[in-house]
Amino acid sequence: MSEDNNTEEIEAGEATVAVDEGPPTGSAGRLRVHDMWVAGTEERADVRHFTDEGAQELLPVEDEAALDIQRGVVVDDDYELDDAVDEEDRQIINMGPQHPSTHGVLRLQLEMEGETIRRVKPIIGYLHTGMEKTAETLTWMQGPTNVTRMDYLSPFHNELAYCLAVEKLLDVEIPERSQAIRILMTELNRISSHLLFVATQGMDIGAISMMIYGWRERELVLDFFEKVTGLRMNHNYIRPGGVAADLPDGWEEDVESLLETVPAGVAEYHEILDENPIFLDRTRGVGVITPAECRAYGVTGPSARASGIDWDLRKVFPYSGIDKYDFDVPLGKHGDVLDRYHVRMAEIDESLRIVRQILETMPAGDYRTEDRKVTPPPRRRIDESMEALIHHFKIFTSGFSVPAGTAWQSVESPRGELGVYVVSDGGTKPWRVHVRGPSFAHVQALPAAMTDSLIADLVATLASIDPVLGDVDR
Amino acid sequence: MPEEEEPTTEAESEEPAAADEGSEVEPQVLPDEPTLAAIVEPFPSATWTVALDEWVVGVDPAEYHGLVAAAKDAGFETFIDLCAVDYFRRRPRFDVVLTVLNYTSPKRLRINVGVDGAEPAVATVSDVYPGANFYEREAYDLLGIEFNGHPDLTRILMPDDWQGHPLRKDYAVGTVPIQFKEAHTVE
Repeated sequence: MSEDNNTEEIEAGEATVAVDEGPPTGSAGRLRVHDMWVAGTEERADVRHFTDEGAQELLPVEDEAALDIQRGVVVDDDYELDDAVDEEDRQIINMGPQHPSTHGVLRLQLEMEGETIRRVKPIIGYLHTGMEKTAETLTWMQGPTNVTRMDYLSPFHNELAYCLAVEKLLDVEIPERSQAIRILMTELNRISSHLLFVATQGMDIGAISMMIYGWRERELVLDFFEKVTGLRMNHNYIRPGGVAADLPDGWEEDVESLLETVPAGVAEYHEILDENPIFLDRTRGVGVITPAECRAYGVTGPSARASGIDWDLRKVFPYSGIDKYDFDVPLGKHGDVLDRYHVRMAEIDESLRIVRQILETMPAGDYRTEDRKVTPPPRRRIDESMEALIHHFKIFTSGFSVPAGTAWQSVESPRGELGVYVVSDGGTKPWRVHVRGPSFAHVQALPAAMTDSLIADLVATLASIDPVLGDVDR
Repeated sequence: MPEEEEPTTEAESEEPAAADEGSEVEPQVLPDEPTLAAIVEPFPSATWTVALDEWVVGVDPAEYHGLVAAAKDAGFETFIDLCAVDYFRRRPRFDVVLTVLNYTSPKRLRINVGVDGAEPAVATVSDVYPGANFYEREAYDLLGIEFNGHPDLTRILMPDDWQGHPLRKDYAVGTVPIQFKEAHTVE
């Protein structure tokens, strides 16, 4: 199948013959394929056969080197070997993207010397779905539907960060009850996320029963989420202007029962793991991240606090009135896997403290702002008021406009600093939404934590960072 | 694509950073903050504004790297974020936005640098903040901004062989079929 042959055939319009010959090569042939497709001719159906490499094939391609990679002529591996190491002792291992302990689709390229990891290269992007691009095509109000799917283990935090950023630009007042509901849901979300962390951390280093225990309590929290929002995850509950609906009747009893069952479960985990010699052996002094490395790589949240960095956005830059509640910031000393476990376990207790305070002090009032330019009017008002009908119609067709400008908003997600940077051009859709996911920075810091450790410790370290690949790849 | 056309024309008239414009009109008086003065004053092109309670510093590409290093020396040691924004019809077309934190006296600082040209390029700051490495790769991958001096400026989220930069405003959406890569076969 020569290059010229294919090109000629395409130009002659005999696409069906060319299909059997293989993909066309060279920029001229490619351009023809693109033209044919746009014209919507008969050959359109056959384009799929030429362009077996993805949409980029349909664009006019100049870069021959890129094409060689596409064709598989060149093995695209930019990993360079360190020549100083004896070749017989050295081995390149790809861990993932399908490895069960990589928490999704993370791929780690490891250079091994015996059982010791000499170099690590995290390779990401397997879960990239272009959510930041999608955000530009959704209205401001539809935005939470999108961002809630990024870090799927802490959906409420995603929604909260996005909504707070939008509200910053809108400059709207959020009622106290709405803020309290937001904090209630995000802190319960922190508990459910940390419970999952304990479950997977335990399983990844061999305490298989932890997996079941962790999920058991988490399920109770998710049941409450389902009762409030209708969904177990991807809630789209926190929205610009407030929350989607008020808490259901009887929520106090549900939270009360959570406040009893979750601490009982957590006490059980402490009993299982805290003095378990195998658990201690596998976690103590493993995967150490120093405070300097945390600052340099942007490691935040429990992972940084385990290294002794006293930094919690809930304390430093409080949002949604979280400074009204009394809680402590647990800190570690050694920055190893064990400290990260302890910090998260302590954070569950602190979050339970906050939830209890909210339960006792939940203010009455509206669950969303009365500003009808931002939130839709109640259903019954639509029958009574023309203006309400117009507001309702405007919000659900074009959406509300947000003043031009830029805003950054961070919240303390269970994994660390979750930042949202929004740019508005004054329209009803964002000009740009950038989400700073904590896991993205944490994956980047993995080489610092893993280099020169044993491969058996890699899984423990990776689990202790608690990465969510939906957050990394977005 | 008529629906794509509309926001871009709006951007032309309204977007050119409302916050920055406002600060240029008013006479600039540095707030009583020695750290901000130490960062901004050595650089003639640097402008600053306080937008929604946050410090936003704008700088020319030529002085960008120096200013970032000065910010780190002034205590902004924690790298948080780097992203790029395509303003499309504005000149300069792109903004690279760096966000850093000061842990000792809690403060967030945003550094904007405008980048223009057919092949936009700016100096890397991954030598100052190692954490910028992945973020600059992301900005390169999704918006096509080159970071001069970056140790490994390759695609990070999109496939290695992808053509085009998806987050650019002139990147076509919904017009080309997305297909999966053919698996490489062993010969």
